[in-house]
Amino acid sequence: MVEVKLWGALHPATGGVSTIEIEATTIRELLRKLQEQYPDTAPFVKNGIAVSIDGVLYRDSWEKKLPPSAEIYLLPRIVGG
Amino acid sequence: MTYDTQFTGQTFKSVGTRPLRPDGIDKVTGRARYGADYNLPGQLTGLILRSPHAHARIKKIDTRKAEKLKGVKAVITSTDLPDLTDGDSELFDILDNCMARKKVFYDGHAVAAVAAIDAKTARAALKLIKVDYQVLSHVTDVDEATKPKAPLLHRNCFTEGIEPKPAKASNIASRSEFGHGDVEVGFEQADVVVERNFKTEQTHQGYIEPHACVASFGPDGSAEMWVCTQGHFTFRQQCAALLGMPLSKLRVTSTEIGGGFGGKTHIWAEPVALALSRKANRPVKLVMSREEVFRASGPTSATSIDIKIGVKKDGTITAADAVLRYSNGPYPGVWAMLGAMTSFACYDLKNVRTVGLEVLVNRPKTTAYRAPSAPMAAFAVESMVDELADKIGMDPVAFRIKNAAKEGTKSSYGPVYGPIGIGPTLEAARKHPHMKAKLGKNQGRGMACGFWFNFGGQTCADLNIAVDGSVTLTVGTIDVGGARASLALVAAEELGIDYDDVKAVVGDTASLGHNDMTDGSRGTFSSSMAAIMAARNAIEELKNRAAKMWEIPVKNVIWEDGHAKAKGRGKKYAKLAPLSLADIAAETPNTGGPIAGYSELVADGAGVSFATHICDVEVDPETGRTQVVRYTVIQDAGKAVHPTYVEGQYQGGAAQGIGWALNEEYIYGADGRLQNPGFLDYRIPVCSDLPMIDTQILEIPNPNHPYGVRGVGETSIVPPLAAIANAVSDAVDVRMTHVPMSAPRILKALKTEH
Repeated sequence: MVEVKLWGALHPATGGVSTIEIEATTIRELLRKLQEQYPDTAPFVKNGIAVSIDGVLYRDSWEKKLPPSAEIYLLPRIVGG
Repeated sequence: MTYDTQFTGQTFKSVGTRPLRPDGIDKVTGRARYGADYNLPGQLTGLILRSPHAHARIKKIDTRKAEKLKGVKAVITSTDLPDLTDGDSELFDILDNCMARKKVFYDGHAVAAVAAIDAKTARAALKLIKVDYQVLSHVTDVDEATKPKAPLLHRNCFTEGIEPKPAKASNIASRSEFGHGDVEVGFEQADVVVERNFKTEQTHQGYIEPHACVASFGPDGSAEMWVCTQGHFTFRQQCAALLGMPLSKLRVTSTEIGGGFGGKTHIWAEPVALALSRKANRPVKLVMSREEVFRASGPTSATSIDIKIGVKKDGTITAADAVLRYSNGPYPGVWAMLGAMTSFACYDLKNVRTVGLEVLVNRPKTTAYRAPSAPMAAFAVESMVDELADKIGMDPVAFRIKNAAKEGTKSSYGPVYGPIGIGPTLEAARKHPHMKAKLGKNQGRGMACGFWFNFGGQTCADLNIAVDGSVTLTVGTIDVGGARASLALVAAEELGIDYDDVKAVVGDTASLGHNDMTDGSRGTFSSSMAAIMAARNAIEELKNRAAKMWEIPVKNVIWEDGHAKAKGRGKKYAKLAPLSLADIAAETPNTGGPIAGYSELVADGAGVSFATHICDVEVDPETGRTQVVRYTVIQDAGKAVHPTYVEGQYQGGAAQGIGWALNEEYIYGADGRLQNPGFLDYRIPVCSDLPMIDTQILEIPNPNHPYGVRGVGETSIVPPLAAIANAVSDAVDVRMTHVPMSAPRILKALKTEH
């Protein structure tokens, strides 16, 4: 079980809460279960979500492990120039 | 394939040296081929007809006369680029921007295009196309666009991110909010609270090479394109989607690139060139003029930013609040959101809130420009940080050090930071001789910090070892600033061979798997990771071949210092002299054929980046003209693979920032038309405008890269607007709140305040 913090735009999709708990060990599992438990998050996942693990952003690595004690933060996908 | 990307702290032989770049001689002698240098037999000239109106409904387009003109081979409108986007609104906006459909949204919006046997005929054909417009009222100013009675760009635009959803349409496409704590409580705790509005004008990336491509559609439905781009795989993906063709049938080759800075991460004329070629059944070259580049390709946002910061007398910031309005052009983006995320990222704040508003205006579609959106937010925040330091009588560097984010700080955009580099850059600034140098008459000094995220992404590399032992490294990320030299250094390091024995090239879309664009400061970070893994993959095969040559088990072969070495007991092993890569390569015809290494990976874990800049200016009080007289950039590079090109990135970002801060701006007339679409009236800095830009590279290894590399391309443009504004404010003793600080604007500020 990991604690997942959400950026503001996701709060309406999770019933107004800013932190949720999900049984997940990888980013893939986290994003899948997020959509299963909170279907309104699906458009956000489709548009791209970045996952911050202990302050380091991961945009594409589904296989990345989620350490149980790590801070997991969901953020919008960043673009660059 | 599995790979370990953790930093190991190894010492380097090649990485960190400064050899000549492989593309250097071609570029200075004119041999290098840019987008407009490619030609095909039977090639036609493509030109685009653009709207003269800022906002208008297209009632009818009559192309009949143009089609009948001798020498014209194709004329297209939006009907030749039908909507195949299947509900993908982002892709539809790209399509609509490339060729307007029901409405034009800005001066310069494409409405039709022709392909003809030469430019003269194409120009004559454009004049024969009759477009019947119903002109609509327009709005180009970011603040005006948010007013209740502003002309609406889209009647179905209801601000997203607000609960409940608004019932009335507006030009605010979305609202995003970040932060933590309670800013109202924080302001109550403050001894001093300052609140101001800051404005920045729209600027262009100012790349010297205009957008250019050659498209060639075959009768079998497959096509090729040569194009200057920051991401040929992404261009292929988007063009193929818009033209309704499988990815494998569109082969895209990237040319040399004369600057991009984010502006070449978006498609503009490429689908048009492909559609023209498809209709004409001939190759079509399409090169945008400088005027077209300004009117119709991607500038950055114009902004209006409200900042409020509270501070205690001891220098502790108690609360920080910002509302950031960023112009998006006619299509919704994420530009204010990025401003909101980055604005206070340098600081450790208990109470912080940022709100970003994406504002639609009748200007060209906003696109990425080097650390997109961060420079404007930093201008507002760092200007006010300087002002607050002054108000409480504290040294600006000490004030920033006191409030700087560190490991364990909850960032203003959400996550808690791991090890970060803002502290070391500030300490380096504090100790730098520049901070202690004497200032002359009419001179002022400013400094500022900057933050950018950096990211990695999908990346491939192939590494081929030729029979003579030389190596070709093929990567899929565009080289915008010396990456081929850096990547050759990395491959040489890993293989243990000389830099001169490695040639790095950029492969086309048919030769590698998908690579994300060179953006987000990811080019060298990602492709060096891929190059390392490809080299390690090749080394496994080199060991196999050595084992065959020696007739020993491969488990008894190690790779060390660029050689295969036999490790085993007995006389046989003692006689086996190490084999170099060249020794093994020479025997490949008999040991199993060619040797190649490859890697396909997602390079994540780029790590955030910080910089601190120091700037001295001299302002002429009679004319308002500002000259930057000294400039220093301090930034963490992780590991500088090729220090000269890291310094080049630092200097380039600062130079662009100097232009943005002092001169560059889009100027629109009351008619909504761009008044200065050329380098005479839109003035980017030239050499005589710039001092030698000093750099200090800090090397704090990135733990998520085998060599400790971080991206360095973008952060250097974040602090300059603020550093220069602080220096100008120091020189003239007036707080400057509007960028660019052009001479008339400085004179006006002097007249108003003094």
